[in-house]
Amino acid sequence: MDYRLEVFWRAGLPDGRAEDVLRQITALGMVGVRHVRVSRLYFLRGGLSPDDVEHLAQELLVDPIVEGYTCCPHPLPRPSSGRRDGDKGHSIEVAYHPGVTDAEAENLLRRARSMGFQVEAVATATRYEFEGEFSPSELEAIARQVLCNEVIQGYSFCPLQPAFLPRCEPNLQVEVIPLRQADDAELARLSAERVLSLSLPEMQAIRAEFRRLGRDPTDVELETLAQTWSEHCQHKAFKARILYREGERTEEIPGLLATYIRAATERLNRPWVRSAFVDNAGIIALDEDWEVSFKVETHNHPSALEPFGGANTGIGGVIRDILGVSARPIACTDVLCFGPPDLPPEAVPAGTLHPRRLAEGVVAGIEDYGNKMGLPTVGGAVLYDTGYTANPLVYCGCLGLAPAGTHRRNPRPGDLCVALGGRTGRDGLHGATFSSAELTPETGRTVGSVVQIGDPITEKALTEAVLRLRDEGLYHAITDCGAGGFSSAVGEMGREVGAEVDLAAAPLKYPGLRPWEIWLSEAQERMVLAVPPENLPRLGEICDGLDVEWTVLGRFTGDGRLRVRYGEQVVADLEMSFLHEGWPRPTLQAEWQSPSFPEPGLNPPADLTPLLLRMLSHPDVASKEAIIRRYDHEVQGATVVKPLVGAQSDGPSDAAVLHPLEFSTWQGLALGCGICPSYGRIDPYAMAWAAVDEAVRNVVCVGADPERVALLDNFCWGNPHLPDRLGALVRAARGGYDAALAYGTPFISGKDSLNNEYVDPQGQKRAIPPTLLISSLGIVPDTRRVLTMDLKMPGDLLYIVGETRAELGGSLYYRLHGALGNGVPGPVPGSMETMRALHACMRRGLVQACHDLSEGGLAVAAAEMALAGRLGLELDLSDIPRTPQVERDDVALFSETSGRFLVEVAPADAAAFEEGMAGHPCACLGRVNQGPLFRVHGLGGKPVLSCTVADLVQAWKR
Amino acid sequence: MGGPELLHPPVLILQATGTNRDRETVRAVEWAGGRPVVLHVNELRRCPAHLHDFAMLVLPGGFSYGDALGAGRLLAADLRWLFQEELARFVEVGKPVLGICNGFQALVKSGWLPGPPAAGVQATLTRNASNRFECRWVWLEADPDSPCLFTRDLPERLYCPVAHGEGRFVPRDEAVLETLRSRHLIALTYVAPAAGGPATYPDNPNGSVAGIAGITNEQGNILGLMPHPEDHVFPWQHPRWTRGESGGSGLSLFERGIRYAAQM
Repeated sequence: MDYRLEVFWRAGLPDGRAEDVLRQITALGMVGVRHVRVSRLYFLRGGLSPDDVEHLAQELLVDPIVEGYTCCPHPLPRPSSGRRDGDKGHSIEVAYHPGVTDAEAENLLRRARSMGFQVEAVATATRYEFEGEFSPSELEAIARQVLCNEVIQGYSFCPLQPAFLPRCEPNLQVEVIPLRQADDAELARLSAERVLSLSLPEMQAIRAEFRRLGRDPTDVELETLAQTWSEHCQHKAFKARILYREGERTEEIPGLLATYIRAATERLNRPWVRSAFVDNAGIIALDEDWEVSFKVETHNHPSALEPFGGANTGIGGVIRDILGVSARPIACTDVLCFGPPDLPPEAVPAGTLHPRRLAEGVVAGIEDYGNKMGLPTVGGAVLYDTGYTANPLVYCGCLGLAPAGTHRRNPRPGDLCVALGGRTGRDGLHGATFSSAELTPETGRTVGSVVQIGDPITEKALTEAVLRLRDEGLYHAITDCGAGGFSSAVGEMGREVGAEVDLAAAPLKYPGLRPWEIWLSEAQERMVLAVPPENLPRLGEICDGLDVEWTVLGRFTGDGRLRVRYGEQVVADLEMSFLHEGWPRPTLQAEWQSPSFPEPGLNPPADLTPLLLRMLSHPDVASKEAIIRRYDHEVQGATVVKPLVGAQSDGPSDAAVLHPLEFSTWQGLALGCGICPSYGRIDPYAMAWAAVDEAVRNVVCVGADPERVALLDNFCWGNPHLPDRLGALVRAARGGYDAALAYGTPFISGKDSLNNEYVDPQGQKRAIPPTLLISSLGIVPDTRRVLTMDLKMPGDLLYIVGETRAELGGSLYYRLHGALGNGVPGPVPGSMETMRALHACMRRGLVQACHDLSEGGLAVAAAEMALAGRLGLELDLSDIPRTPQVERDDVALFSETSGRFLVEVAPADAAAFEEGMAGHPCACLGRVNQGPLFRVHGLGGKPVLSCTVADLVQAWKR
Repeated sequence: MGGPELLHPPVLILQATGTNRDRETVRAVEWAGGRPVVLHVNELRRCPAHLHDFAMLVLPGGFSYGDALGAGRLLAADLRWLFQEELARFVEVGKPVLGICNGFQALVKSGWLPGPPAAGVQATLTRNASNRFECRWVWLEADPDSPCLFTRDLPERLYCPVAHGEGRFVPRDEAVLETLRSRHLIALTYVAPAAGGPATYPDNPNGSVAGIAGITNEQGNILGLMPHPEDHVFPWQHPRWTRGESGGSGLSLFERGIRYAAQM
């Protein structure tokens, strides 16, 4: 017997959820809808009496203070009650497709069973009822544009059929693919049809291997190879030989990773780097007791299709990367790139979601996972550009902390291969290969199965279990199940020793998965460990006590083979060496031609105040408080410098500083980032340099020692097989290399997301702006000396540190005028020395506030410091250190030259500060005002900016 | 008097799957002079009477069971199904119980607050009026006439962060609200930074009726509150400490609870 329970809001108070839906509908322009009601639906199946269902409702489902409920058998006996027919055309019901993670249903099922009720299955849905004037087509628009994402959900205008999983039998079908006989055309067809994303030379290499073996591959083997050789897992574009042409010159680059990124780390040879580019995350030593790990991942393609689930599992994945180095996750960061929030609906490309809806979903996904994991989300950025409309970028970072030397990474023959955490379902199939493909209007329909929703509580339990196992030294190696699932985790971990697993042992969410699906599933919240058999009982005890499911999948063998069985049947048998080394290294063509953009030829007015206020209101600059406050940035009680700072706790912090509760010293960890894609359109080399500079300056601003900064690189790019895209990538990698050497900042981890291209219905390819995110991790020697960017005290002096050059290419100033220009901010040779001097002054307590100059240049930086401190200021640009080309006030104010800071110094400390900065470009420009006046005089002494702090606040908060 | 047990009373911090503010709660308890012990519900359920080995109980913040089926709902079911009798004895002898955020939600939804449980569930903590998770600092004022042992003679207002999506306190009806008021069970109220007048959003971050941030039972030994005093026990956690601002430490709540527990 099935039952349908409807739980509705009945309190006299307004229902925030319904008001939210109404707001979104109104934003679509449908003003006829006047009132919305939202209710939750539960469908219960099993041997239940009506009394049982009432009991369950009261015990678990209904909040009696604010909710009421109805309960009826489902489906209703015909003829149905009048009410259901009567409200047709006024209601929408939305439910997940069967198999999509539904934590609420799972919890209800588990709890009802433990209470002794015979519940067979549970499904949930949401019902929306509307009052007002609207047409059926408007109702449909509401369903599709507000309430339901058809990639993971379905909707109905009449009572919905519950999304119970269909009953099905185990499916042992293993296909053998006749590859040996296939010609090249057939190989290409196979690769495309099975979403393998393998190139022809790669398919040929596989054919050659199986011809050598004298048999054809199984589907499990082919899928395993496709996953292991995917761009996502191998970073082929970064390992490929590249023929690079710039102008008349052609040169050969053996590989971007070896030549530039890893090379910088190796040349710098910093003694505190513990692990770079080897483990799931980069690791540095804090001191003798602690190691800090950091990883940033992207989850772009999944977020484009299903923003909540994509971002949600992006966070979940990067947290598992930190668990994969045996560390406790202690903070998250997020950098998001979307299309313009005010994009007209008709400009939204086919098959993609409106940027506003994307942003809402992504933020909600991050909020859900990070908050429930109990991780403070403390840093990040949000950028908007039409180039991201079809391909939004979602960078998710996680910071970890572990006692020195506890991470183990070598499985031994005889160790058991143990899976921990969530169950395996059909979710996320082909994630690794899909992320290496381009998006089309059809993508959502065809690869819906790659999209999944996370279950942070399963991961939270998993985290606690892993850390206890680590503390008791119960495993020899650990890795997460990310892209490629078990295939990737077991294949990687057993790379040196070999492994044998039995897929029949894997706990499944539901039966019916074929062996290759179990093997490749990217179901979330799973880790794989190598465990000596004698430790298994203790592992079981710990996991059982924390409600973490664990399973022995197989063992590590010592024979260098990857053998996969389903029961007795061998479904894959590959040599680890072929699996990992057998892919043909491609040679890729790259070409760089400096673009030339028209100069805007601006003729600025004498009063630049309106322009400054427009900049403050620009979505890239304006307050992100509405997002930041949805993320818990206080949990764990370690946030010394918060994302929002200043007199009203609403100013934009340069970086966050954490003082984890484990620390017995005053040391702290600073997290910052640099990202400037608009420069990349002009010159990716300059972009990379500027991003490194900004990331380092961010953490130096809050008190980190510039000598101890580690960097992460995340390249989001277009298709590397197109020479212009790859040429830009070469230049960016070079810029990153040169900058890392100049700043002495090693890269400890990196990741790339390529093929961020959208193929529109006309077949036109559109790549995102080449986007390099540099994340920085700095050590703050003394958290008692951290600084925030808000102005502190009237009468204090304001110094600019760093020289201003006429560099407006890609600047916010130009972009506000619809132009890019060409003079992009370039390298600043002495920047590192200047930062050392500045840091020394900070250590001596000579600095009251410090802010980096970035988008919008000096003007925006000064305005941000003023509005954060709710104090005015008075500056005069006459003495600003500058090159001769800086002749105009708009250039001096809005140029985005790297390496610059605006610094507040108390008058009593001025002499010492100036002495400390001697030999570096540094000048006193003015002072903090007693009153609310914000005034700047230009190069010739005439006023160019004049308003009140309240004006700044109002513009910035829009 | 004065054995180590009494100086550092053992404090149970009860964890469920999804609890996540247990570690800073451990630290706050330590700094306040208690001896924290963290146990998972699964561990305590094996021997519920173990509860009586402790002088004080803290239910920390987080998302027990993912807050599936409503914040704190399943943990409330645990309290009622697994620990009802033992908890009743614990409360009856007057030992202090502190429920923070998720712990508060569980205490309200299991009927312990305002209590007694026999009176049924008299209030709830439901979705914030903004329909958003809110992480922001709030000012709290204690009712000086409240029987609550945790807030007795607080020297100043408390200042600490909230971080929740379901913290809007709604009493069942006017009568319940009137009882809460007349018996001074509203131990803590959200207030505006400047004195005077009831707090509105964002000072009242969730739309709680009557600005209710925390309530106590008639005995005064159970306190539940949505904000996180455990996240403000050091001056450097204050959001404007780099501007020289300080005060409102949440440590005083823990100190009062632990001092009381030690003297029992």
